[in-house]
Amino acid sequence: METTLSIHRLRHLATEIRKDTLRAITAAGSGHPGGSLSAADIMTALYFRCANLSGPTDPDRDRIFWSKGHIAPLLYTLLAYKGFFPKEELMTLRRFGSRLQGHPKKGSPPGVETSTGSLGQGLSVAVGCAYAARCDHLPVRSYCLTGDGELQEGQIWEALMAGAHFQLDNLCAIIDNNGLQIDGKCSEVMCIDDVGARLRAFNWNVISIDGHDMGQCVDALEEAKTVKGRPTAIVAHTVKGKGVSFMENVAGWHGKAPTQAELEQALAELDAQEANDGNRA
Amino acid sequence: MATAHKDVTGTLEGKATRFGYSDALLLLGASDPRVFVLDADLAKSTTTDRFKAAYPDRFIDCGIAEQDMVGIAAGLSLMGKIPFTSTYGTFMVDRALDQIRVTVAYAELNVKIVGAHGGISVGPDGATHQALEDLGTMRMLPHMTVINPCDAIEARKATLAVAAMQGPTFIRLGREPVPIVTDDDTPFAIGRGITFEDGDDVTIAATGSMVYEALLAHEELARAGIHARVLDIHTIKPIDRDLLVQAARETGAVVTVEEHQVMGGFGSAVAEVLAQECPVPMEFVGVHDRFGESGTPDELLTAFGCRHTDIEAAVRRVLERKR
Repeated sequence: METTLSIHRLRHLATEIRKDTLRAITAAGSGHPGGSLSAADIMTALYFRCANLSGPTDPDRDRIFWSKGHIAPLLYTLLAYKGFFPKEELMTLRRFGSRLQGHPKKGSPPGVETSTGSLGQGLSVAVGCAYAARCDHLPVRSYCLTGDGELQEGQIWEALMAGAHFQLDNLCAIIDNNGLQIDGKCSEVMCIDDVGARLRAFNWNVISIDGHDMGQCVDALEEAKTVKGRPTAIVAHTVKGKGVSFMENVAGWHGKAPTQAELEQALAELDAQEANDGNRA
Repeated sequence: MATAHKDVTGTLEGKATRFGYSDALLLLGASDPRVFVLDADLAKSTTTDRFKAAYPDRFIDCGIAEQDMVGIAAGLSLMGKIPFTSTYGTFMVDRALDQIRVTVAYAELNVKIVGAHGGISVGPDGATHQALEDLGTMRMLPHMTVINPCDAIEARKATLAVAAMQGPTFIRLGREPVPIVTDDDTPFAIGRGITFEDGDDVTIAATGSMVYEALLAHEELARAGIHARVLDIHTIKPIDRDLLVQAARETGAVVTVEEHQVMGGFGSAVAEVLAQECPVPMEFVGVHDRFGESGTPDELLTAFGCRHTDIEAAVRRVLERKR
């Protein structure tokens, strides 16, 4: 079992993970920083405290599917920090011959549960996984991370129907609700508000949180484990580009790599936040 | 040496390949608890209702949501199950293509995809429900094995065979009964075509329901002194290169036969092999770049050029070019 990390320790870890994620994207010269930064806190809570991830091939491990596959840099950084592969390899992101493909490929590196990248497909996979785990009476929980713009994909709603219909209470969707997509604000491109109300209408248990409050992230993930008879969706209200002033809430940082100078500024800002956080603790 | 087959000049028992599929599912249900069957509200048509009745705990009706069905199957396979997804070929392949491509094929998941109602012989439902591009679309995907059985017995064997192998597969089934030309003892191995008639004048390479028509054409041609070799190429990918090349070399002319678009389909697959390894004159029997339409299966097979008479005409054309 994991040693339980404190909220403070998780916050520190999330900052370090943000930094290495940005380093990898900068080295690659392309990638998706905005969504990686918005999802960093809750996924750190999941990988380092709330999910059972004793090893990448443990049959009883919880399964985490990254339906928003474009934030692969965050996924890889988390897996490297879990010790599933060497951290140095993060700097090979998107390079020819690297295990770190631009979008996730099953088993590459260890800990990538399956291939994703074409949006809208991961939640169905999580439904199938949860269904099988329940059939076999396994303690496995099935998680799926999606974006909010991604909810525009029709298949997501097919999967939401199925998750509720099959009463899969070992299934948990995490919505990284950062409000932006490539072409602008989700509300202007194709409105999916109120996300929580829509999910409730599909018979899901819905928990809405500040996705950058580590305490709320942990509490929501733990609460989801106690819900019986239906799946839970955690609507994590987040800020795209969170932690880097010039990236925050700017749709243009969806899929663009920082320059070396921008990276230096971003790292400095994250270090400053870390120092402040340390002083408060 | 040709493999024995039923005498097509007599009356043969007819059975739709979709029932061969569920015959196999019932066997698999009993022998392998990992086997799950998924459908998208067409369980009676695909015949998976027979599995549902016998093994309700391992049958999942996904509703009219084919894309979700593929994803659910992927999730099941990641947990060690052997899921079969079933619906009409059009909805299976075309509606859920991106899901099959990214979620199943790219990840090399052990998902068994089955498209029923392949071909023009679907009949009165018309173009929307007649899968004519399924084989070509599926064979383009890396890692995908593609099988088109010729009768219900071969469909049963193909279903058992894909369950026993690791990796994504596609099997095409038909709606209408087709004469059973094989029997329990006819050998079946994925990727290995079957020579049903030895002839040296021309090769008729047929797949699926058209194997029977090819055998009829063989009889008719023999009466005219033309000795056709007849191949049952049930596996379109990986295709039996050796058998095709040997047949082309020994007969010098090839006619391909499929109830499917010729463009990108089985005929193209054969041509790709022969163009590289043994170019010979070829003719292509099948659907030529058009959508289907409503009608009886008999009317449509005739109207769309998928009859033994069409094969015979193609043989005569290719023999002209061989000279």
